[in-house]
Amino acid sequence: MLATRALSLVGKRAISTSICVRGEHGVAKVDDYALPAYFDRRENPLPDVQFVTELSAVQKSLKEKEKGSWATLSNEEKIALYRISFKQSFAEMNEGTKEWKSVIAGMFFFIGMTGLVVLWQRKFVYGPVPPTFESEWKEKEVQRMLDMRINPVEGFSAKWDYENKEWKK
Amino acid sequence: MSLAKPAMRGLLGKRLRFHLPIAFALSLVAAAAFKYGVTEPRKQAYADFYKQYDTTKEFNNMRDAGVFESVRTTGE
Repeated sequence: MLATRALSLVGKRAISTSICVRGEHGVAKVDDYALPAYFDRRENPLPDVQFVTELSAVQKSLKEKEKGSWATLSNEEKIALYRISFKQSFAEMNEGTKEWKSVIAGMFFFIGMTGLVVLWQRKFVYGPVPPTFESEWKEKEVQRMLDMRINPVEGFSAKWDYENKEWKK
Repeated sequence: MSLAKPAMRGLLGKRLRFHLPIAFALSLVAAAAFKYGVTEPRKQAYADFYKQYDTTKEFNNMRDAGVFESVRTTGE
């Protein structure tokens, strides 16, 4: 009982520096990261501790005034009380960063690097394309497709004028 | 400073009541547009093509072009 009262006097975050002794054994020292922490998260609107740990004299008197009727608080005092409990408002914590510019820049950079790699590969790695890509071969290929009437309704051969032996205008 | 209390309940219902009719309407419009922009013209194109189709003439043209393996070209 005495130990907990002593703890609350010391302050909410300073528990780590005081060790309560019960019986003959000491309790393990509590590290900072193991204590309830404050963080601004949209999905956790009421953090475990308030933001300001060491209240100044003005803030302490304000906290005393808060215990009375809230109608007597002015707007600035209400904002001051809010800022004691919270670091950033929801509007502040939700606002976007300018990170997207770096992201887009990085994307373009790596796409460009990939393009250079591809060009180098085309020149120094790959062999020649097959003979089926030559123009004479392609001409014979197109002629055979027209002879076979490939897609004569809406597709390939539909665009060829068989009477005049030319592509339809 | 006193702001109005924000809506605390019925948010999903409100969203659905707004968006679902629009979604259904847009889907119907998309389906109708595809039907009358793509499938009906396509059916018509096929109908017109086969109305004028002379099977024998096309067969002979293809045979003369030499694309068949089981039918020899004329005059061989």
